Amino acid sequence: MAQMTMIQAITDAMRNELKNDDRVLVYGEDVGKNGGVFRATEGLQKEFGEDRVFDTPLAESGIGGLAHGLSLTGHRSVMELQFFGFVFEAFDSIAGQMARLHNRSGGVYNAPVTIRSPFGGGVKTPEMHADSLEGLMAQTPGLKVVIPSNPYDAKGLLISAIRDNDPVIFLEHMKLYRSFRDEVPEEEYTVPLGKADVKREGTDITIIAYGAMVQASMKAAEQLEKDGVSAEVIDLRTISPLDIDCIVDSVKKTNRAVMVQEAQKQAGIASTVVAEINDRAILSLEAPVGRVTAPDTIFPFASAEDTWLPNEKDIVAKAKEIIEF
Amino acid sequence: MKKTKELQKVEEQFEMFQILDEKGKVVNKDALPELSDEELKEMMTRMVYTRIWDQRAISLNRQGRLGFYAPVAGQEASMIGSQFALDKKDWILPGYRDIPQIYYHGLPLHQAFLWSRGHFHGGQVPEGVRIMLPQIIIGAQITQTAGVAMGLKKDGEKQVAITYTGDGGASQGDFYEGMNFAGAYNLPAVFIVQNNRFAISVPVEQQSAAATIAQKAVAAGIHGQQVDGMDILAVYAATKEARERGIDGDGPSLLEFLTYRYGPHTMAGDDPTRYRTSEEDDEWEKKDPIVRFRKFLEDKKLWSEEDEDKVVEKAKEDIKAAIKEADSAPKQKVTDLIDIAYSDEEPHNLKEQREYYEKKESK
Repeated sequence: MAQMTMIQAITDAMRNELKNDDRVLVYGEDVGKNGGVFRATEGLQKEFGEDRVFDTPLAESGIGGLAHGLSLTGHRSVMELQFFGFVFEAFDSIAGQMARLHNRSGGVYNAPVTIRSPFGGGVKTPEMHADSLEGLMAQTPGLKVVIPSNPYDAKGLLISAIRDNDPVIFLEHMKLYRSFRDEVPEEEYTVPLGKADVKREGTDITIIAYGAMVQASMKAAEQLEKDGVSAEVIDLRTISPLDIDCIVDSVKKTNRAVMVQEAQKQAGIASTVVAEINDRAILSLEAPVGRVTAPDTIFPFASAEDTWLPNEKDIVAKAKEIIEF
Repeated sequence: MKKTKELQKVEEQFEMFQILDEKGKVVNKDALPELSDEELKEMMTRMVYTRIWDQRAISLNRQGRLGFYAPVAGQEASMIGSQFALDKKDWILPGYRDIPQIYYHGLPLHQAFLWSRGHFHGGQVPEGVRIMLPQIIIGAQITQTAGVAMGLKKDGEKQVAITYTGDGGASQGDFYEGMNFAGAYNLPAVFIVQNNRFAISVPVEQQSAAATIAQKAVAAGIHGQQVDGMDILAVYAATKEARERGIDGDGPSLLEFLTYRYGPHTMAGDDPTRYRTSEEDDEWEKKDPIVRFRKFLEDKKLWSEEDEDKVVEKAKEDIKAAIKEADSAPKQKVTDLIDIAYSDEEPHNLKEQREYYEKKESK
């Protein structure tokens, strides 16, 4: 089995699907010859030709419209938004158009589009590059939102996303691109959308996270272990639709939970998870469900990033507060 | 604004293309398209039919039997003439007013009525009919048209994607992005702006400093032409040429049709007397597309009062039957919407919500 970084696993997934289905197209700004600003599409144009893997003019709304139109003629798009902060330029084409296509045509048309995009803090980008905007997407009916935390899942989830017949937002945390390697099979496999993964079993508290916060949660769990607290860690992997069963089963076992997200606190995924736990498992709870999030400000300028972002210490502290409630 | 000589030189090139003048006389013989007598009569039939349909739709709307409706009277030449130049396998991406074009492209009339009523069967486009649903977001269909045209080109189909917007739509960023993408990839696309002079209430002069909308094609590096949108022969000829240009690999086109909507923006409370004068209305009614074409056909002995009466009767009968058919559509349920929420597996939240609405709707 090969050792791959997350970015290599992502390239591998696209290569697999370009081979597997000649209706698959990969495009975006700098995606062709340059192989993407993070090299996610490295070598793909050379291997599959300019007809299948190509550069677009610099206009995100135009790229979204292109994907919508290509769906009507039966093509399957993997479009890249160079950074997810640029999604506002494409918001109508995604949320107003693609997400609604299957609905408004009474099921006749559909938009098999995967919208890949880097996001996430900790890499000191300029403004509008790092923002966690997944909550805006998760609130949009008709979309699915996927955020992998490791190379193995990234490949399997991306293949599932490309094969899905509706638009899927596939967000790639920049900090995870090259920070570690995983064993990733070279052959194809899928990781199903909408299924969470129990990364670590425990009995005292459930830590729920996604994206880069999964690593922080795993580190927090190790620390908690040393302090005599057994934490279970769940990686949501897909934030829309949520794998409620996995969360609830775990909370019923541990009786305590904390949800961790890199995004701001208000009206986010964590709020939804807390509400779902309240609906389904409130009598199992020994303490209120906690949330570890960023504050409700704009994503900070680079020099304030380290304090702004939630980290493992924040998670450990919150978990202890819940245990001691 | 004082326009520079360089700019004036660009703007002067965009003269209005016309074949029939207001009196129905041919003023540009060389440009006359090759159309059989039957085809000419069919164009007239469709314009008269559309005018009657518009009158009936307005009255049905007032009776509360139609729902959302955007009147089309005045724009028949621009709508019918451009669709007439298409092949059935071309794609149309319409704006919300462009219902006549998609009807003549294959959407059944009762479905057009259901779309107006907000029933999803209205949007269930029959198989093989190549249309997008009428777009509500101004200009969103323009970037999508580049995508459809790219799909057609990749599949080696000798077809075009054509889209419609208005003078207001030409102010949207998507208008430029769509044209620019189509130009950059040399796609078989035709972008039509039906310049009816008002975006709800804002006059076209306030939309842009540009003397014409057609000249905006220059910025995208594609062909642009201003056309008399009240002259069905000019509309047809310009669209046909643009279509061929696209198919021959000679690039996309922007066509600006100068036209006028006699009625309000929509039937939802717009009052044109707030922003237009009756003198302006009268001036444009003199350019009426049906009056003009009728004279042309009468001179050729191709059209009579009986011909017209027959079309009027047929239109009325069809509309009556289509409304009846629309009335018989099953009531739309929230559970239907849940059924079509996703193409693949239904997520758990919708499964739970379905149970609730099944109970609520069975009462």
